[in-house]
Amino acid sequence: MITRADVEHVAILARLGLTDTEVERMVTQLNSILEAVGVLAEVDTSMVGPTAQVIPLENVMRDDVARPGLARDAALANAPLRDGDHVRVPVVLEEGR
Amino acid sequence: MVGTDTASLPLADRTIGEVAGLLERREVSSVDLTRACLDRVARDAERLNTFLAVREEGALADAAAADRARADGDPRPLLGVPYALKDIFVTRALDDDGTPIPGGLPTTAGSRILEGYRSPYASSVDDRLSAAGAVLLGKTNCDEFAMGSSNENSAYGPVRNPWDETTVPGGSSGGSSAAVAGGQACFALGTDTGGSIRQPASLSGIVGMKPTYGRVSRYGMVAFASSLDQCGPLVRSVRDCAMVLGAVAGHDPRDSTSVDVPVPDYVAALDGEIRGLRLGVPREYFVAGMEPGVERAVRVAIDVLAGLGAEIVDVSLPSTDKGLATYYIIAPAEASANLARYDGVKYGLNAGEDDLLENYLQTRGAGFGPEVKRRVMLGTYALSAGYYDAYYVKAQQVRTLIKAEFDRVLADVDALLAPTSPSVAFKIGAKIDDPLLMYLNDACTLPVNIAGLPGISVPCGLSDGLPVGLQVIGRAFDEPMVLRVAAAYEAAAGFDHLRPPTARG
Repeated sequence: MITRADVEHVAILARLGLTDTEVERMVTQLNSILEAVGVLAEVDTSMVGPTAQVIPLENVMRDDVARPGLARDAALANAPLRDGDHVRVPVVLEEGR
Repeated sequence: MVGTDTASLPLADRTIGEVAGLLERREVSSVDLTRACLDRVARDAERLNTFLAVREEGALADAAAADRARADGDPRPLLGVPYALKDIFVTRALDDDGTPIPGGLPTTAGSRILEGYRSPYASSVDDRLSAAGAVLLGKTNCDEFAMGSSNENSAYGPVRNPWDETTVPGGSSGGSSAAVAGGQACFALGTDTGGSIRQPASLSGIVGMKPTYGRVSRYGMVAFASSLDQCGPLVRSVRDCAMVLGAVAGHDPRDSTSVDVPVPDYVAALDGEIRGLRLGVPREYFVAGMEPGVERAVRVAIDVLAGLGAEIVDVSLPSTDKGLATYYIIAPAEASANLARYDGVKYGLNAGEDDLLENYLQTRGAGFGPEVKRRVMLGTYALSAGYYDAYYVKAQQVRTLIKAEFDRVLADVDALLAPTSPSVAFKIGAKIDDPLLMYLNDACTLPVNIAGLPGISVPCGLSDGLPVGLQVIGRAFDEPMVLRVAAAYEAAAGFDHLRPPTARG
């Protein structure tokens, strides 16, 4: 059973701001979904490896050749906050901390 | 000869096969055809809400250029054929100096968080269709980040089904399916992570195909679940499907999961002959809860294929009932990682809070809709400490079993036949408050994504006046077989020209 506290904790992990109403609804809905997902526990997988992807490819390599990337101004054009040739972000490390 | 008889329909409702002939014989110009589509788009903009962005001037200019190339003897089959892209494919809308390209289209993925986003580069499929000479009309509405089965999860309003405007067109590629069904585009591209091409194709009465994982480049496709996502065509005939698939399939060095296997001539595979093929019918796909009218139509379709000389084989895929649970761990887990990029820094919405964590919370809380939040929460939970093994690893193990069952059965039969969706188009609002009920829409399609196989939905009649889809599933990279079976059925059943009553005129 997922509790309200679980939902609030996962929402912080997911960086999702949820309103009180959304938290309430999420408790109910996640519990009903996880109950349905519970059928997986019935499957014997003791001798089965995991599959992350289905195609027979691994370590796809290319020649190490330089090529142009996105033009700087095009890459910056969608940034909500820009400072010259940089994107602006909120303070991450405060001085002296 | 696989035939598609749409000659009696209005220009905008005809198949690519039909209009390509008219264009080639110069009986119709691409400008006429493009205008016919744009007229439908304008006429039904409010009624169907299919397009999020339309490039009228650009499309007509491209069409005029196609007509000139045609006059100079350019033989490309898709030259001058108008199409639509699901608004999940980026289209270039910025110059290198960051200024907007006039007429460039934004890319929203159906989300508020990307409102106004202008991509500095184009998706591979957009590049390939431009190179084929097709004419881009605009971007179609979809469920937010392709998460949904009804198109009700779009931040820009639901799409309505041209067959009955009170019903959904299916999703998540519902704008693409309704645009093709409603005569607004000769074809459209969609994406399919758990059924998002095939299910809307079924509910909208058209043909839709999810190719093998790795067959079509995902470069420039907004990511939902990277091990499941695949791009494919929504079209009015199986032949059209073969034409469009041939244009977009193929290795792309920009997508490291795109597989370097040759692209066969898909149109040549449509020889109409299926005598002696072994076609499996997995009994687990006729589940409790399936609408009787859907089951009836699919069973009749199977009889039609038997009548054409195919051997129908009863087969079993015992883990089918674990597909939904497997999918609803793996897809949300991958989604929660993919959607971490929407942090308000590089692009998209920014809530403008001074505190870093608070800014993330407010930006994502305001920018994502309810279904996206639900899946991000579910995925984050399944990947979090203490639950990773019980949910995520477990789902990946069951994925191994599901894939092994398909491999075993498909070693014995040439293709599988199943319903596409357990229901016909349902009323707008009918399932939106019950996520589990909504998820059941994809019970017959999502195992195919889990195994990475190709699948097509082809119309197989009506139930309660609404379209039903027959699903044909094949071996990895055996799209020719899937198309061959679907085309033989289509030619025999004659549903290929079926159009919604509201689309005509």
